[in-house]
Amino acid sequence: MLEYLLSFLILTGATLTFIGSLGLLRLKDFYMRLHGPTKATTLGVGSLLIASALFFSSHNAGISLHEVLITVFLVITAPVSAHLLAKAALHLNLHSFAKMPAKSTKGEDGADDDAMDTQTPEEKSSSSDTHVPRKPV
Amino acid sequence: MLNSVIPIALGLVTAAVAMSFWRLLSGPSMPDRILALDTLYINAIALLMLLGIHLGSALFFEAALLIALMGFIGTVALCKYLLRGDIIE
Repeated sequence: MLEYLLSFLILTGATLTFIGSLGLLRLKDFYMRLHGPTKATTLGVGSLLIASALFFSSHNAGISLHEVLITVFLVITAPVSAHLLAKAALHLNLHSFAKMPAKSTKGEDGADDDAMDTQTPEEKSSSSDTHVPRKPV
Repeated sequence: MLNSVIPIALGLVTAAVAMSFWRLLSGPSMPDRILALDTLYINAIALLMLLGIHLGSALFFEAALLIALMGFIGTVALCKYLLRGDIIE
């Protein structure tokens, strides 16, 4: 019975890791690509670690707690690294396939919005040009 | 049952490593490459876990814990370099 549970957990974890890397390879956009590996981190490696903990707890004497340590560390650090990656991508002005949100204001405010829209990309690109280091080749 | 499942899982995770490595080589931007490195160390932890179950040895946990720690520190350092142009200000 435990063997079936272990096999299910191992297959689930390996499949989710595979799907995460497939998303990293196949999706079009950096912000879409960021979505895939975070699922692989939490669900895939999490279920593999649960399977490993069950296996070593059943085969050796006592409860095996190393995996809990790795799980806690991964669950704490995965959102932090994803947040930093998204911040870096926004700072570098990476191209996104997402549409701009629709304008809510109408009438004479629309002219101001258009003026703002024409100014902001230039400002953003110029500010990013001054702050961003040149990409190492 | 377990002996027939683990090679399949090892094959799946190895394919995941290959796809992440392809993204690391061909990523169009720097955050793509950092994300590929992040995924590569996650895949390395999964491979070590599977190998530990397969060989029945508990020696791989320390290596997996060290890889998790150093990988996170590397990701944070690279992202800080892209964000600020410097790592330690």
